[in-house]
Amino acid sequence: MKASDAPETYFFNALRQGRIELQLCSDTGRPVFYPRTLSPYTGSPLTQWRSVSGLGTVYSTTAIRQRPDKGGDYNVALVDLDEGVRMMAQVRDVPADRVTIGMRVVADIEQRGDDNPLIFFRPVGELHL
Amino acid sequence: MNSMRGKVAIVGVGTTPAWDNPGLSSLDQLAVAVQAAAADAGLSVQDIDGLFTATLSQFMPAMSVAEYLGIHPTVFDGTNIGGSSFVAHLIPAILALEAGLIDTACICYGSNQRSAGGKLMTLTEPMFWEAPYRPRNPITGYALAAQRHMHEYGTTREQFAAVAVAARSWARLNPEAMMRDDLTLETVLAARMVCDPLSLFDCCLVTDGGGAIILRRAGRAADAPHAPVFVLGVGMETTHRQISQMPDLTVTGAVESGRRAFDAAGLRPTDVDVLELYDAFTINTILFLEDLGFCRKGEGGALVASGAIAPGGSLPVNTNGGGLSCCHPGMYGVFTLIEATRQLRGQGGARQVPGAQVALAHGNGGQLSSQATAILGTAATL
Repeated sequence: MKASDAPETYFFNALRQGRIELQLCSDTGRPVFYPRTLSPYTGSPLTQWRSVSGLGTVYSTTAIRQRPDKGGDYNVALVDLDEGVRMMAQVRDVPADRVTIGMRVVADIEQRGDDNPLIFFRPVGELHL
Repeated sequence: MNSMRGKVAIVGVGTTPAWDNPGLSSLDQLAVAVQAAAADAGLSVQDIDGLFTATLSQFMPAMSVAEYLGIHPTVFDGTNIGGSSFVAHLIPAILALEAGLIDTACICYGSNQRSAGGKLMTLTEPMFWEAPYRPRNPITGYALAAQRHMHEYGTTREQFAAVAVAARSWARLNPEAMMRDDLTLETVLAARMVCDPLSLFDCCLVTDGGGAIILRRAGRAADAPHAPVFVLGVGMETTHRQISQMPDLTVTGAVESGRRAFDAAGLRPTDVDVLELYDAFTINTILFLEDLGFCRKGEGGALVASGAIAPGGSLPVNTNGGGLSCCHPGMYGVFTLIEATRQLRGQGGARQVPGAQVALAHGNGGQLSSQATAILGTAATL
């Protein structure tokens, strides 16, 4: 395997180019997150990647309470991408405690210079807060 | 039933006398507990030839502990699967005893969490796919599970609070418990929110302390000063390391660890007289009651709110006050075994469950990541 094909390297390079790519299990067709060298469903090697939409649904969410002088409250959520994988992230553009289970969200990729890019989410459509 | 049933017994238990021990290191406190457990078994620390331990402060705990204790055990195991480690350590301890590799096993833990700063001190590495989002570990994982349980089953903050109040009611009967002031539902609900929906009183204590147990083969257990407490079954399970990889946040590995332990013991939940469940957070008690088969999935909230788990209830849970009100020095698992043993010996004092013959001790590790269940019984259960 070329160094650039190493799972984490490939994943973050795709993010740098503005794409979320996930590996596909060759036996089941199911996408895999996080990137790794074998399918957690069947044990077979993973060789295929595909781009995903970045659309997802909040599976669970919490507001982490923090004093304003330390940055204030912030959200941590688990998001199920429509393609069928779950990841931890933050839902932004909405108060931390107004993120709800079942909320439709879309990914934003935040570039961070030499650090790995990060995926954040924001609500899709009009909010009724 | 499997071949391990009743072959090994707990013959000694010990803890530090207090849960706030400034100046004492983690190993100091562990050693105080080991000495107490050995004395309780009528043995010397030097008799220990099988050592099973984990700490949050030693990278290679088995050697650090053996060195400190001045022993050269034949078998030593520092497997760390989080707070459940000490319940899970029963499996290699029993195997080594049964194989004749060792005669006297010690499972032990110690920590200076409280006096070292009051925050959870741990050698753990950051979770690569989660750390950038700054979850506050371990509470965030439990908060996410609690939110999902509320969403799917209508579980309420009042029901979480009932777990904290029940634990405190038990602690008030235990002179060794750290928190013995009255605690009301209103106080729990009015407390500062830490990580929605969990408030301050939904979280376990952060204490100092050590705990240890001594095990021997059943044939040699009769020599001990106290009635032996037999290990009838043990099961373990892991579902994930990172909370984002947990398949279903409302169903823990206790389903499998419990099934394995009950199968090994040849018993069912209705046979259990007293439960010691790893209550790092109030949601834990609800999840484990459901997953271990004491009620159906989704009914744990109603069960705890009914008063069944509190003193005088039909299903005594966490009779020492649990991690919520007795002690929680970072990892709590060994204390579930210690309290279960005391109950089966009839040493519970004001909190004794009358006639207890079968106890369940359940350990949890990481963020609901590892589960280990032990079924213990008196000689009458053999």
